[in-house]
Amino acid sequence: MGDKIATREAYGSALAEFGGDNRIVVLDADLSKSTKTDTFKKKYPERFINMGIAEANMMATAAGLASCGKIVFASSFAMFAAGRAFEQVRNSICYPRLNVKIGATHAGITVGEDGASHQAIEDIAIMRAVPNMVVLSPSDAVETRHAVKAAIEHDGPVYLRLGRLAVPALYSEENFTFELGKGITVAEGTDVTIIATGLMVHTAVAAKEILAGEGIQARVIDIHTIKPIDQGIILKAAKETGAIVTAEEHNVIGGLGSAVAEVLIQNCPVPLKMIGVQDKFGKSGKPDKLLEMYGLTANDIVSQVKEVLKLKNK
Amino acid sequence: MSEYSLNDLKKISYKIRMNVIEQVYHAASGHPGGSLSSADIFTVLYFSEMNVDPKNPKWEERDRFVLSKGHCSPALYATLAEKGFFPKEDLSTFRQADSYLEGHPNMTYVPGVDMSTGSLGQGISAAVGMALAGKLDKKDYRVYALLGDGELQEGQVWEALMAAAHYKLDNMVAFLDYNRLQIDGKITEVMSPEPVADKFEAFGWKVINAFGHDHQQLKEALAEAKKTKGKPTMIIAHTTKGKGVSFMEDAAGWHGTAPNKEQRDQAIAELNAVVLELEGK
Repeated sequence: MGDKIATREAYGSALAEFGGDNRIVVLDADLSKSTKTDTFKKKYPERFINMGIAEANMMATAAGLASCGKIVFASSFAMFAAGRAFEQVRNSICYPRLNVKIGATHAGITVGEDGASHQAIEDIAIMRAVPNMVVLSPSDAVETRHAVKAAIEHDGPVYLRLGRLAVPALYSEENFTFELGKGITVAEGTDVTIIATGLMVHTAVAAKEILAGEGIQARVIDIHTIKPIDQGIILKAAKETGAIVTAEEHNVIGGLGSAVAEVLIQNCPVPLKMIGVQDKFGKSGKPDKLLEMYGLTANDIVSQVKEVLKLKNK
Repeated sequence: MSEYSLNDLKKISYKIRMNVIEQVYHAASGHPGGSLSSADIFTVLYFSEMNVDPKNPKWEERDRFVLSKGHCSPALYATLAEKGFFPKEDLSTFRQADSYLEGHPNMTYVPGVDMSTGSLGQGISAAVGMALAGKLDKKDYRVYALLGDGELQEGQVWEALMAAAHYKLDNMVAFLDYNRLQIDGKITEVMSPEPVADKFEAFGWKVINAFGHDHQQLKEALAEAKKTKGKPTMIIAHTTKGKGVSFMEDAAGWHGTAPNKEQRDQAIAELNAVVLELEGK
């Protein structure tokens, strides 16, 4: 599996890798060492602009730069990028559909020790509700690299949800293809489908192994693009496996689970269970301990798979 | 650009004012007060200062303008139409469902609008972004923004002013439409932003005071801004809200209220009288 790499780390490396394009400008709000935009800054200092601890101004400044032909990456923690600067993202970036990519790191509870004030569990819900916004949530370094590339190639606003915690490799560059808006079937299965995003794709794969030992064949789908969501892959899974469990490091209100439910309920209703933060704030602690406390482990997925199978077999 | 005499500029500013009234009257909604107070700033910017091409609104080398106080769209639209960016007849569709003339400016649909604005405090930041882009690309274009004085209550304005000074954006000029009124009354009674000039200076801006209805003074202020190196310039334009329409002048109630037929007729008559006088009729 190789070394563990956080998606924020891969984000910084990808910015540096693809940063040769003179149109790319990277903004940060005094967090470049944490968001890893400093990797870009070291290579292209003339196109890195520190906007200080002023996220609202940073987002609308990004809009102004984009209006002059720049491809702007504006980075901060997800809490401040999607939360504090929500309305700037909505009105100055998305409404005029400007070419701004929001590199939002430290999403979810695996921020760890900094605690609830810094753990965004609402950002997917907020960002996917805004017209013109594309929401990406990659699960490992390789996928992040491709997500950054896709964001550069996409003409319009993109929200890139990234994590602080180092994660193992799920994919290798060989044979990996990334298509914006298309989910990836990580593992085939016929009894049930686990649809996950970000960090939880790893957990879903672990759950699949446990389930296999109990004779349950679970399909695992990685939804790296939460919006526009891949309806085809979801409906195919619903038809072929008849039951779905979603898994995300986000509130169960408005996130991936809700997005999947919106697709299912309108087209092919099947039993659904949602793994996520159960509408409560995070807290300080070691990331692994928090994942346990908040019910985001492989065993939690396994138990919800069993629950959903009861509904399916009723 | 052809030189307009002060007489020409004044005539243009009153035509803009007439079209402000017509738009708001036809829409039966909109913001006449601040549009009338800023009409002279628009006139000087678009007919004396800015390098723009109505036939090529997205021309890369053009000067940019951001209406940070986006609710004064009637003044911006009247000015753009007067300048030839789109037909004046379209102004009567302002705020209608089938019109491109949205209540607050939308850069996607309206030729000549450089930034979508409306939510206060954001436009000035976008102008900072444009000025940064100009510096990055080593281009000569200049960036202008118009702020309301009530808008100064938005904290983001000060974030933007801080950033513009930090990055020495001497290619950027902001106007303050200093009419001293906001929706709920006097700015000093609602939430005082005073002392504004001292604050701008403390934030690292060059500050120039001008009578905001005197085209010559506005032109001189802009010339001085051009000579100012190493810092952005704030032109505090001392204005009267509702300027040019007797019953709208200095009245907070006309911030976002449309005139009825009778009021519209009186306003147009007053404004047209000035135009006729200037034409020597």
